[in-house]
Amino acid sequence: MSDRLSVFKTYKLYVGGKFPRSESGRVYEVQDSKGNWLANAPLSSRKDARDAVVAARKAFGGWSGATAYNRGQVLYRVAEMLEGRREQFVREVADAEGLSKSKAASVVDATIDRWVWYAGWTDKIAQVTGGANPVAGPYFNLSSPEPTGVVAVLAPQESSFLGLVSVVAPVIATGNTAVVIASEKAPLPALSLGEVLATSDVPGGVVNVLSGRTAEIAAPLAAHQDVNAIDLAGADEDLAKELEIAAADNLKRVLRPQAVDYFETPGTERLTAFLETKTVWHPTGALGASGSSY
Amino acid sequence: MPTTAPTARALGDVTASDSTLRRFLHGLPGVDAVGLEARAASLGTRSIKTTAKAYAIDLAISMVDLTTLEGADTPGKVRALGAKAVHPDPTDRTTPTTAAVCVYPDMVAVAKEAVAGSGVKVASVATAFPAGRAALDVKLADVREAVAAGADEIDMVIDRGAFLAGRYLKVFDEIVAVKEACGTNARLKVIFETGELSTYDNIRRASWLGMLAGADFIKTSTGKVAVNATPANTLLMLEAVRDFRAQTGVQVGVKPAGGIRTSKDAIKFLVLVNETAGEDWLDNHWFRFGASSLLNDLLMQRQKLATGRYSGPDYVTVD
Repeated sequence: MSDRLSVFKTYKLYVGGKFPRSESGRVYEVQDSKGNWLANAPLSSRKDARDAVVAARKAFGGWSGATAYNRGQVLYRVAEMLEGRREQFVREVADAEGLSKSKAASVVDATIDRWVWYAGWTDKIAQVTGGANPVAGPYFNLSSPEPTGVVAVLAPQESSFLGLVSVVAPVIATGNTAVVIASEKAPLPALSLGEVLATSDVPGGVVNVLSGRTAEIAAPLAAHQDVNAIDLAGADEDLAKELEIAAADNLKRVLRPQAVDYFETPGTERLTAFLETKTVWHPTGALGASGSSY
Repeated sequence: MPTTAPTARALGDVTASDSTLRRFLHGLPGVDAVGLEARAASLGTRSIKTTAKAYAIDLAISMVDLTTLEGADTPGKVRALGAKAVHPDPTDRTTPTTAAVCVYPDMVAVAKEAVAGSGVKVASVATAFPAGRAALDVKLADVREAVAAGADEIDMVIDRGAFLAGRYLKVFDEIVAVKEACGTNARLKVIFETGELSTYDNIRRASWLGMLAGADFIKTSTGKVAVNATPANTLLMLEAVRDFRAQTGVQVGVKPAGGIRTSKDAIKFLVLVNETAGEDWLDNHWFRFGASSLLNDLLMQRQKLATGRYSGPDYVTVD
């Protein structure tokens, strides 16, 4: 076989359905677990965070307005695309986390299964968390969960792919849009996930992926007045405290970091964490002699 | 500084007849389109930060002609706009007022009442805006109605059909007649609708034509067509007012309108003004932005500078 120059991949951000470089023009070196150079990833600035929030806000109306069934189909399509890129992700996860090929393969399989699991929840979560409330009067009283809005997600630092999908999928499954900060040390699987999302019917801006220093990007997001919630999964104790204080300013919903085994099948906590319950009253009409008119 | 344009002595009798006017306008140097756009683009790369940015944002807010020109305008909407012009950010009273509100002639009285006592001016479009396709008498009646209702400024549209057909004197006479109808109190802004003039040469000619006819302001566009204010055509008009003052001593204002939506864009225009026409124009008496959504972005940027946190559309009014 003749010597061939290998084609290196330029990892880029995923914002608003496009693949921009960082506005700052900066990159940083990403290394594998043994310290070998893997690639340069964009080192996002606060302006990238700001642009991502604008994109996420713009996408929110359409995504939250789509039917739950449609969102489920779109998310399932993402799983199909992930399956097609399975080998690439196995390689990236193996490099990022220092796993053997077979171990990495089981991580990627679990990740794709996780995505399918959450895709199935899109049109079921409302029945589980919402419902009809008994009231003393001629009214229907219905509670239904609604998406919170733009959610900033600090992806887990260690589990670069399974952990990432475990925190991103529940946020968008319920109709939120997300600004995701990839694992600082291992951002490559997250940046590649952007490429999957771009080719799988997920409208641009629903998920925005930023790579760089978690603390640097998270600070402006936590203080941002147009971000409605923040998932602190990827923050250490000190950073989480600092961000929670900043997030209190506009009463963001905050999901504190917690110890999670991402291989375990999750509950619905991450789905409900970014839902708000809306309750409506609707008259049933006069109650008849039998006690009910319906 | 004179604010009304006399027939410019320095330019002699170029407006004496259609042929002398045409000879003069076509004798203006041609525009180097590539150079113009490159210059506008390069001036757009200036970095304006911290205190300079704060100054620019406040200046830009004070230059906004807050505009609503919809068929669906109601007195309530115009009053809301007036309130916003007077206190753009009710949570921060250090925010400057906008320069003016810009409405249709039938809404002038409502707008006048809404901004009474605040120093905010009321501008009214007139002369069969936005097409300008009506008889001169109708246009003048439109103007007189707006002036009688108390408009401080009149935004007229030129007859683009006549201009493109080369009947410059007709356009000229119309502007003169409208200027006369404005009387002594109302300032006249002349809209060229640069998006319909097709070439930069035409924009330069229209600028000179408008200034010769006594415009107090030359304005790019109505905001009703596909191409509105661009840095390049605004730069061209700024060059025209600079050269006009150099030749005649008469200063004319410039108003880009339409398509300017972000603070970043607005600041780029301010750089153009400073670098082309000069500091004398960095004042809302001589430079305006015709805009509606721009103001919200300026306010969000202003809040960001004040608090250090990014603001969002929940913290400004929905217009």
